[in-house]
Amino acid sequence: MEFIMAIVIGVLFMAAVYLILSRSLLRVILGTGLLSHGAHLLILTMGGLGGTSPPVLADGVTDYADPLPQALILTAIVISFGVTAFMIVLFYRAYGEHKTDNMNLMKGNDEHD
Amino acid sequence: MEFVWLIFLPILAAIIVPFLYKSVKNVHTGWFVLIVPVALFLYYIRFVKSVLNGEVHISELPWIPSYDISFTAYIDGLSILFSLLITGIGSLVVLYSIFYLDKKREKLNNFYVYLLMFMTAMLGIVQSDNVISLYLFWELTSISSFLLIGYWFTKDRSRFGALKSMMITVFGGLMMLGGFVLLSIMGDSYSIRELIANAPSFIDHNYFTLAIILILLGAFTKSAQFPFYIWLPDAMEAPTPVSAYLHSATMVKAGLYLVARFTPVFASSEVWIWLVTGIGLLTLFWGSFFAVKQTDLKAILAFSTVSQLGLIMSLFGASAVAYHVSGENAAIFKVAAFAGIFHLINHAMFKGSLFMVAGIVDHETGTRDIRKLGGLMSIMPISFTVAFIGSMSMAGLPPFGGFLSKELFLTSMLSLNQFDLFNFNTWGILFPVIAWIASVFTFVYSFYFVFKTFGGKRAHNAIPKEPKEAPIGMLLSPVILAITVVAIFFIPNMVAKAFVKPAVVAMQTGLYTNPSDVDIHVSAWHGWQPELQMTLGIIVVGLVLFATMSCWQKIYRVQPEKLSLNTLYNGMMTFSEKGMNRLSRLYMTGLLRSYLMYMFISIVAITIIALFMQDAFKVDFSSFAPVNAYGLMTAIILIISVIMVIVAKTRLAAIIALGGVGYSVALFFVIYKAPDLALTQLVIETVSVALFLLAFRYLPEVKRHGETKGIRVGNFLIAAAVGITVTLVALSAHSQKLIPSISQYYKDTVFTEAAGGNIVNVILVDYRGFDTLFEIAVLAIAAIGVYSMIKLRLSRKEKSDESE
Repeated sequence: MEFIMAIVIGVLFMAAVYLILSRSLLRVILGTGLLSHGAHLLILTMGGLGGTSPPVLADGVTDYADPLPQALILTAIVISFGVTAFMIVLFYRAYGEHKTDNMNLMKGNDEHD
Repeated sequence: MEFVWLIFLPILAAIIVPFLYKSVKNVHTGWFVLIVPVALFLYYIRFVKSVLNGEVHISELPWIPSYDISFTAYIDGLSILFSLLITGIGSLVVLYSIFYLDKKREKLNNFYVYLLMFMTAMLGIVQSDNVISLYLFWELTSISSFLLIGYWFTKDRSRFGALKSMMITVFGGLMMLGGFVLLSIMGDSYSIRELIANAPSFIDHNYFTLAIILILLGAFTKSAQFPFYIWLPDAMEAPTPVSAYLHSATMVKAGLYLVARFTPVFASSEVWIWLVTGIGLLTLFWGSFFAVKQTDLKAILAFSTVSQLGLIMSLFGASAVAYHVSGENAAIFKVAAFAGIFHLINHAMFKGSLFMVAGIVDHETGTRDIRKLGGLMSIMPISFTVAFIGSMSMAGLPPFGGFLSKELFLTSMLSLNQFDLFNFNTWGILFPVIAWIASVFTFVYSFYFVFKTFGGKRAHNAIPKEPKEAPIGMLLSPVILAITVVAIFFIPNMVAKAFVKPAVVAMQTGLYTNPSDVDIHVSAWHGWQPELQMTLGIIVVGLVLFATMSCWQKIYRVQPEKLSLNTLYNGMMTFSEKGMNRLSRLYMTGLLRSYLMYMFISIVAITIIALFMQDAFKVDFSSFAPVNAYGLMTAIILIISVIMVIVAKTRLAAIIALGGVGYSVALFFVIYKAPDLALTQLVIETVSVALFLLAFRYLPEVKRHGETKGIRVGNFLIAAAVGITVTLVALSAHSQKLIPSISQYYKDTVFTEAAGGNIVNVILVDYRGFDTLFEIAVLAIAAIGVYSMIKLRLSRKEKSDESE
């Protein structure tokens, strides 16, 4: 199963990078969303997908799933939500100011040279 | 007491200087600062007695013990001499500056902070036994020199001079660091004493000559040797007290100190002897020759400093010869080290006083242009006397200290002719000849300096201010120095016993064991010797040249401006500035895509190379969990959703597809026994989609903005590379566990330690509670950011909007 997961993660990263490199700011934001999904699954897979029961203490159970990656991912999910919200509003504001979402036009100017 | 701390006394005192400046307005801040060098001078002078008996003192302050780096103050003849020069001349310079710098107009707080910083740096250089801390102090002198030259930072010339000195000396410093590293590799130590002791074991090492060249680059740039001297004349933009202190008496002597200190290590090398002696002599000639060309008083002194530093440098180079000669003939070759140290003391005295006089002339007449000056002798008699004493000592005339060391210099240069190794018996004759010619020019510029300024007729209209004699406080320091110059002539052997001989012993370890072994007696009259004949020749030819100066000064115009070293420096600066600008423009495109591309390509390259170089790529199929049908289906759904996000033509489709990806991830969490994650992911995904939909009402459609096929293929290739890299990393990371996971500890102790059942929750709120706290902080910051971006407008923007 890890092998399949590794491929899924690779696809997620690939799609994310492809979107992030594009000229449309909208696609950049979509890309960061995919990137965080990929990262979460990567952490989960690195820890191992074994374990027959969730990491909640129960009588007679010894084979718990690894709790550590789960704790890390839980934090990461919330943070990535914060980042996504921030990015969306940043985009909203930038679009409002510049009337464009073309990254090539948003590269600033030479005033500061 | 641990006297290593005293190195830091000035810089610690510098901390309170700005407060004193602000709170005590009536008293010149210099009076407070003066306490520091005077106290240090009085402290260090107590060492003289024990050092002249051959004792050394060591005080250590560990800094980075694991790398064997420490601040080690090592006091022997050489370091005590320099420490006394630094604090002694430092005291006089501070005293002088009190009258030179106006307390109302000048930013004294800055000035004295820089000056005290310099004092610490300089004491650090001459006392450090550890090459790494020596290097640090060395760079600190460059920085404080930069700040002091640029003290009047509103003037273009000041900033230019400051930058120039910084570029050249820091370049040399870095080279020197390289030399130190090579030395420490060869000698297996950072301690100079140990390096000297280990020197015989590594003289045949491949790096030996390279280390010599690198360390000499440091010394030559700092001590303004040819062709690096060009920074020194431009450094004259600094206030005169600074020129007197840094750029004649102390900082420029750091290079000489370095050469003296490392003589025992490198003396065996032919390259060392030829380079140090040759460059020194060339600089001596070059500086003295071009000093006559100058018209600015301080520029004359700057070139004369360059020339005199060359003189001392050549003597230090010649002193290494003594290591190659033994037996009866050896005595004559031992004069060079003695002469070098002796002249170093003399030079500090007379050049310090001359700079101060130049400052006085500038201060009282408003100009330093020698063409406008003249006839000041009757108006400024004391200044004239000081200038006369200083100049005559510089010219090498009796009864002034300079005469004695000049004679010794000629003796050493003549002796080189008798040295029969390294081709010296063929080329050795050049040394006394060049030395003689340079001495003639030294004589000429000394006369030029003093008599064109004070002698002749007064040009009334040319001088901006009505000249008068300087106040007594300003004259005090140069007068003290001038008295010393005369005194040295009458008590040379006392000076030699107390300062020169211990320093010679420190410089030529191995040749002597005790200062009393240095068997050199200085006398003003030593018979009708070649040295005396040479001196007479210098005086005669010098007087003739001085009298006919106006006739031959034209030859300086022969050298075209385009062929000077300064043009070379300026060209290099412009070239590197423009070139670097062009280079950075080449890749700093301002496009997000370019920057991300650099990052992704680097990540892929570094990771892949590391993965295969370290042989870290391993896949262990046996540890994989069995393929699960639900998992497989979720994976397929997820991949389809991802493709939909990419190909979606409308933003709504893209958002829904992104939601699809999120929900599939949540499904994965369910499959892999992570209920908390699944719940969180579902909630967050729902909120995210809602947020996207809310915001997208105001946002444009998905557009490609004319991305060509080439760009898309490029993006795809980079994306594919990243994807493959991550896949490989995921597989390898899973397949090998280098250290056991902490998870087992959590599982074991979750109930006993934290009294909880849900391990994930307990980790979050208990074991890693701070993490969660900071996570909340991050969310709060994001929330503030979101709020402010929606609500706040730049006021400037608002105004321009209104005007539209």
